[in-house]
Amino acid sequence: MPKVIGLRCRECGAEYELQATHVCEMCFGPLDAVYDQAVMRKLVKRERIEDGPKSMWRYRDLLPVEDSVNIVTLGEGFTPLVKADRLGAELGLRNLYLKNDSMNPTNSFKDRVVSVAISWARAQGFETIACASTGNLANAVAAYAARAGLECFVFIPVDLEPAKVASISVFDPNIVAVRGNYDDVNRLCSQLLESTPWAFCNINIRPFYAEGSKTLTFETAEQLGWRLPDEIIIPIASGCQFVRHRQAARELVEYGLVRSDRVPAFTGAQALGCAPVYNAFVSGEERVLPVKPDTIARSIAIGNPSDGIYVNRIARETGGVVEAVTEEEIVDSMRLLARTEGIFTETAGGVTIGVLAKLARAGRWRGDETVVAYVTGHGLKTADVLATANGHAKRVEIEPTMKSFRQKVNI
Amino acid sequence: MGRRRLKLIFGPSLVKEPVIYQLGRNFEIVTNIRRADVAKDHGWVLLEVSGEPEELDRGVAFLESKGVKVEPAEGDLVE
Repeated sequence: MPKVIGLRCRECGAEYELQATHVCEMCFGPLDAVYDQAVMRKLVKRERIEDGPKSMWRYRDLLPVEDSVNIVTLGEGFTPLVKADRLGAELGLRNLYLKNDSMNPTNSFKDRVVSVAISWARAQGFETIACASTGNLANAVAAYAARAGLECFVFIPVDLEPAKVASISVFDPNIVAVRGNYDDVNRLCSQLLESTPWAFCNINIRPFYAEGSKTLTFETAEQLGWRLPDEIIIPIASGCQFVRHRQAARELVEYGLVRSDRVPAFTGAQALGCAPVYNAFVSGEERVLPVKPDTIARSIAIGNPSDGIYVNRIARETGGVVEAVTEEEIVDSMRLLARTEGIFTETAGGVTIGVLAKLARAGRWRGDETVVAYVTGHGLKTADVLATANGHAKRVEIEPTMKSFRQKVNI
Repeated sequence: MGRRRLKLIFGPSLVKEPVIYQLGRNFEIVTNIRRADVAKDHGWVLLEVSGEPEELDRGVAFLESKGVKVEPAEGDLVE
C-alpha cells in the first residue's frame, strides 16, 4: 500500500493526484504531500526506526519515498546532538543542545531535503534535476545528482562568489549563470517550469523536497531519548523547514513515537538585514511584506519568503517568537559558538546562535528548560566574513627564538 | 501562449489605481485574480496572466513602471 496518496493545498484544501507540482491551480496556495493515515499508523514504529541505518533514512517510513531501491544517499542526517554545557553556562541554560547539521555530506542541512527530492524524482522517472540557488542548495543538488548519475542544471546569479561556484562545479553539473540578480533567476526558473521536463528541487518538486526537513526534528527527539525539547531555535529563510519541523513534532506525537503530547515552542531566527518575517511578527501583522536583502547571512537572505505567514502562525500558536540580530551579532555569535563548543558555523548559524543568546540574555528562560538550536551549515562556507571582521585578539607575532616567545607570550 | 502566476504587491499610492484593468486593456493579456488581500494602505493580488511571452514581459514591465512589485506567486524560490 502506498504511503503518499496525493497533494493538498494548505490554503483552500483542494486535492491533487501525486505529481511534480507545488502550487494550487485554484488559489495558488502551496501544496503539501498527503499521507494515508491508516497505512502510516500501522507502519510507523519506534523499533523499525531504531533498526534502520544511522542516517536520516532510518525515518524512511515517514518520508515520501515508497521503495528503498530509489533512495539516493550520501549518508546524510543522524548528525550529532551536542549538549552545549560551556555555551549554556554563558547563557544561563543548563539543558542547551546544538543539532550540528554542518556535519552533513556537503556540510549543510540542504543534504536532507535534496536526498529526499532526488530520490522521489528518480522514482518518478525524471532524468534531469535542477535548482535555483545561491550556494548551499546548489552544492547539495550537484553532489546528489552526481551520486545518482542524473543530468543536473544549476541556476545561479552571475556574480556568485568564486569559492561557492568552485564547490558546486567540482561535481560537474551544468551551471547556468544568469546575468541578473536573485529576482531575475527566480523569475526565469518559474517560467522554465512550463517548458522543461525537469525536476526543480526547490520549485515543482518542493512538496517532496520539503519533507526531508522533518528528519532534523525526528532525530532531535530520538537523540533526546524520544522526547521533544521545550523550545527549538530555527533559522528562517523561506520558512519552508520551519513549517516542516512543526509537522514533524505533530507526527511524533500522533504516531506515539514520543512519550508526551506536548509540542515545543518553535522560535525563528533572522538577520535584521533581511527580516521580513520578524518585521511582521513584531508588528503583529498577518501579512509579510517583502524586503530587499542586505546581510552577510546570504544563505538565508530571502526577501519574499514563501512560508513567512505560516512561520508566524506557528511561532504564535506554540509560544515561540521570531527574533532578529545585527550583522555584528552574527559574527560575534559565530565566534561565541566556536570559542565555547568547538563548532564552526556559517553566518546562518551565527544568526541562530545570536538569537539564542539574545533571548537568553533577555531572560526568556528560567534555566532548566531543554532548548535546542539548529546549526544548519559549516563555517568554511562563509569564512570570508571573519577575515574582514574584527581581528583575532589572542594573536601575537614573534621571532623564532625562546627569548621572543617569553617576551610576547604570557603563560 | 504562455501563462504565469504572479503576486502583485501594492503600496499606499497604488491601492486606488486600476492597474489590473489597465494591464488587460493596454496589452493582449488575459488576467484572472485567484486571491487578494487589499487594505487601506497596501495589498497583494495573486494573478494568473495568459498571453504571448513577449506581451507578458511587456505587461510585467508596465506594472513595474507603475510602482507595483511583481513576484512569482509562490515567493522567492532561490535558496
